[in-house]
Amino acid sequence: MSFITGVGLTAYGRHEGSSSLDLMSKAASLAIADAGLKRSDIDGILCGYSTVAPHIMLATVFAEHFGIRPNYAHAVQVGGATGLAMTMLAHHLVESRVVRHVLAVSGENRLTGQSRDASILALAQVGHPDYEVPLGPTIPAYYGLVASRYMHEYGVTQEDLAEFAILMRAHALTHPGAQFHDAITVADVMASKPVALPLKLLDCCPVSDGGAAFVVSRERTGEIGVRVLGSAQAHTHQHVTAAPALSGLGAEIAIARAKEAAGVAISDVRYAAVYDSFTITLAMLLEDLGLAGRGEAASRVRSGYFSRDGKMPLNTHGGLLSYGHCGVGGAMAHLVETQLQMTGRAGNRQVRDASIALLHGDGGVLSSHVSMFLERVR
Amino acid sequence: MSGNKQGLADWTAGAEAIVYQFCAACGSLQYFRRSFCCVCGAPDPDERCASGEGTVYATSLVCRAATPETRAHVPYNIVLVDTVEGFRMMALGDNDLSIGDRVTARFAPFAGRLVPYFARTKS
Repeated sequence: MSFITGVGLTAYGRHEGSSSLDLMSKAASLAIADAGLKRSDIDGILCGYSTVAPHIMLATVFAEHFGIRPNYAHAVQVGGATGLAMTMLAHHLVESRVVRHVLAVSGENRLTGQSRDASILALAQVGHPDYEVPLGPTIPAYYGLVASRYMHEYGVTQEDLAEFAILMRAHALTHPGAQFHDAITVADVMASKPVALPLKLLDCCPVSDGGAAFVVSRERTGEIGVRVLGSAQAHTHQHVTAAPALSGLGAEIAIARAKEAAGVAISDVRYAAVYDSFTITLAMLLEDLGLAGRGEAASRVRSGYFSRDGKMPLNTHGGLLSYGHCGVGGAMAHLVETQLQMTGRAGNRQVRDASIALLHGDGGVLSSHVSMFLERVR
Repeated sequence: MSGNKQGLADWTAGAEAIVYQFCAACGSLQYFRRSFCCVCGAPDPDERCASGEGTVYATSLVCRAATPETRAHVPYNIVLVDTVEGFRMMALGDNDLSIGDRVTARFAPFAGRLVPYFARTKS
């Protein structure tokens, strides 16, 4: 068994003067303290990557900086799916008794540490260097392509997509650490600057500074345990040119495997934490995961289904779209929020029942997927 | 359509051509060039020139570019085209292209090089 025993999260937005290591250290300290552990208890370290400060051995750079000599350490790189991929690996590492307490940590000063152009350029390199990148695509363009096709096949409109931005913003308004604090409307989203149509500025997550961390342990350290029930991955392609048909994307494969590994059904799920780099990402993943019928996710948002008091509260911290996106830490915030909800510590954002949670991460252009189920244990 | 194992020059190398590979062993097509078939692993797939005819699968009009070279072209339309030969490719195209349009490729300068550019097929 494995448990998410501690979580740490900084505010997302501007952290002027903080390096990636500073933000990682801050989040790591919070997570270790939250787990009721000392840093000497940590014997495994997994970390993501920093586009601002790339390094071939970031985990040991961090371990030295932070003052830990782990028995197991390395970085993990699966784009936006990295946070959950680290959690899945940590789960297996503690279950197989390689280590007792894994610290998973990531942080990046992506907003203040480099220009916006540099961020966009660095990320666009997930495209094929010979057959895609020379055509001037950006990450929003890769997802814009997917969006155009999804909208065409399932009759989804730009106004439908706007609903996801509004929902994430509404949730962010209740979290003091979120990057954005102004409510938005469908009209605001529709009127926002075109980025890569059909995606507009408010359909896109921001670039943020921030750090997130959590500890995965063999035994629970608190009264309420958050246990990893099961998880699974799927990797169908890297480049959007080589992506399968919409009906064959990795989210459906990963969730089917995760359900089998966890022994649960979607009807058991009470809280959802789903990757939301763009409004289209969230719309598609909700439908691929079975949290909404095909083409119906937006109407479920409108009816309040995914709201804090709805049947399936979703990303109650505001998600990547409105809490913020600092790279690997971006989606780790989803897990931090889930753990807080499951342990009844989400304050004014607390949902009624987060006994079983479904988390899903996506890296690349719907290329790499990790699905995971967590269970509250008293 | 003639087979060739010598490595035909295509637009990625500055030539006015779209080249794909055909595996004689298993019959698979692939667009990204490799020295083997990514389906069955057989070495040295045949190389063939595509006709430049296809159908628009997806589009995204880029309005925010990240380099001075690409910014000069904003807005530009990135398209995925399903070619009549049976592989999918990324290219640029007219800004008013819609999914399902039958299109024909030419080659146009973009950010300092020549790239495939699709317009609606003239009937």
